[in-house]
Amino acid sequence: MGFRCRQIGKVYPTGDGGVRALEDVTFSVAPEEFVSIVGPSGCGKTTLLKIIAGLIAPTSGTVEFPDGANGDRPRTALVFQEHGLFPWMTVLDNVAFGLEMRGVARPERSERARAFIEKVGLAPFARSHPHELSAGMQQRVGIVRAFVSNPRVLLMDEPFGSLDAQTRLVLQDELLRIWKDDRKVVIHVTHDIEEAVRLGDRVLVMTGRPGHILEEIAIPLDRPRDSSGGIAPQVAEIRWHIWKILESDVRKGLWIPE
Amino acid sequence: MIAVAGAASRHAGVLAGVVGCAALAAWEVMARAGLLAPLLFPAPSVIAWKVAALAGSGELARQTGATLSRMSLGLVLGGVPGAAAGLAMGSSRRLRVLLDPIVAALHPVPKIALLPLVMIAFGIGEASKIVVIAVSAFFPMLIGAMAGVRQISPIHFEVARSCGASRVKVLTRVVLPGSLPLLIAGTRLALNTALLLTMAVELVLTQNGLGSMIWMAWQTLRVEQLYASLIVVSALGWFFNTVLERLAARLAPWHA
Repeated sequence: MGFRCRQIGKVYPTGDGGVRALEDVTFSVAPEEFVSIVGPSGCGKTTLLKIIAGLIAPTSGTVEFPDGANGDRPRTALVFQEHGLFPWMTVLDNVAFGLEMRGVARPERSERARAFIEKVGLAPFARSHPHELSAGMQQRVGIVRAFVSNPRVLLMDEPFGSLDAQTRLVLQDELLRIWKDDRKVVIHVTHDIEEAVRLGDRVLVMTGRPGHILEEIAIPLDRPRDSSGGIAPQVAEIRWHIWKILESDVRKGLWIPE
Repeated sequence: MIAVAGAASRHAGVLAGVVGCAALAAWEVMARAGLLAPLLFPAPSVIAWKVAALAGSGELARQTGATLSRMSLGLVLGGVPGAAAGLAMGSSRRLRVLLDPIVAALHPVPKIALLPLVMIAFGIGEASKIVVIAVSAFFPMLIGAMAGVRQISPIHFEVARSCGASRVKVLTRVVLPGSLPLLIAGTRLALNTALLLTMAVELVLTQNGLGSMIWMAWQTLRVEQLYASLIVVSALGWFFNTVLERLAARLAPWHA
């Protein structure tokens, strides 16, 4: 088993009883599974991700990782939407940061970081600072930084959310390419339904107030999930299905009557 | 675009140089023709001679040295604790809630007005002057450092925490480099304030330093010496600001 979330709930305390951000979120993930979580803004996706990462504690429920002998692998690594890279470090130091924090000596961590930087074709920029790179290049650095520490679970919070539509498509394929060489559990959070269906082995559909999982949809399609006319018809069909689940929720959020 | 902007600013620089030289030349001509009051505007050549003479006799170096050592001692004694307090307050909400009102109340007090009180506490010797300069450098440094930590994106702290960074690593790899641009800006402000306060205490209280030189020149009505001291003080201020500006661009190139 990859890991399991059991009845996770999160309440943010306020004056009148608190805001219920998450309620009864339960799912388990198989080893090497790519799970996409899709839902509108404010449905608690990011909160869930931070709970899995151990950055915030759930009010109730548990995240269970199986005990393994692989003690020097971190449980999780995070990829953020933007500003995830440290602007004061070179690309190389950014990618090696997780290893540095785990006490890996400089020669070894530089070598491992360099290998991943080369894998995404950014070797000429190893000594550059993030501000010298385009947003798409920065995001590739963010992705390999998460891969290089070899976490058991890779957590991605809207990793392509700030990129233009074309760059996003290319980087989705790039992510799949890296992941195929180096399989691990991925929890990928997005509000882009098509992205979720293009990438995930399984899609968890979430809605808010309080955040909970409405439906789990397995995507038993081979990748890449494109056809000559664009996305494959099956993908379009599932996308439509998910949109119909979410539409009324989104309309309610915007106060648009059905 | 950059090349064009560079050429434009170079042109502006050349133009400013030409205008400055023309103004100096006009001043010189008018002073020699007796059109300017010599007590207020001695000819630039006379001032330049005075600077050269003071520099040649070693007088200028001695006075500048006195000013610089007084100022830098105050800057270090006030700035280092200021930076430490600012970094701590920037990192801890609790500390901020506790100390921010005190800082807000004390920061606007004109520090020179504290001088009599400080002299009662530290005597009339050199110590009280250093203390006033240090107090004046403390606050801009504190505020710069605190703002420096506060403008670091929370995401950077989350990345560090999720990688299991220790407190020391968070300090050395996130807090210090992340706050560096505003730390340097705080240093600039602290330096300017310290120079101002050094001048103030030297004008009224000390027997050496550029401030005392200015005061002596006034008392003996040696206007060209007054100008000469002013030129050196201005050059010092300009030099420190330029160096720190360059330093910021070099050390924090991401912070445009």
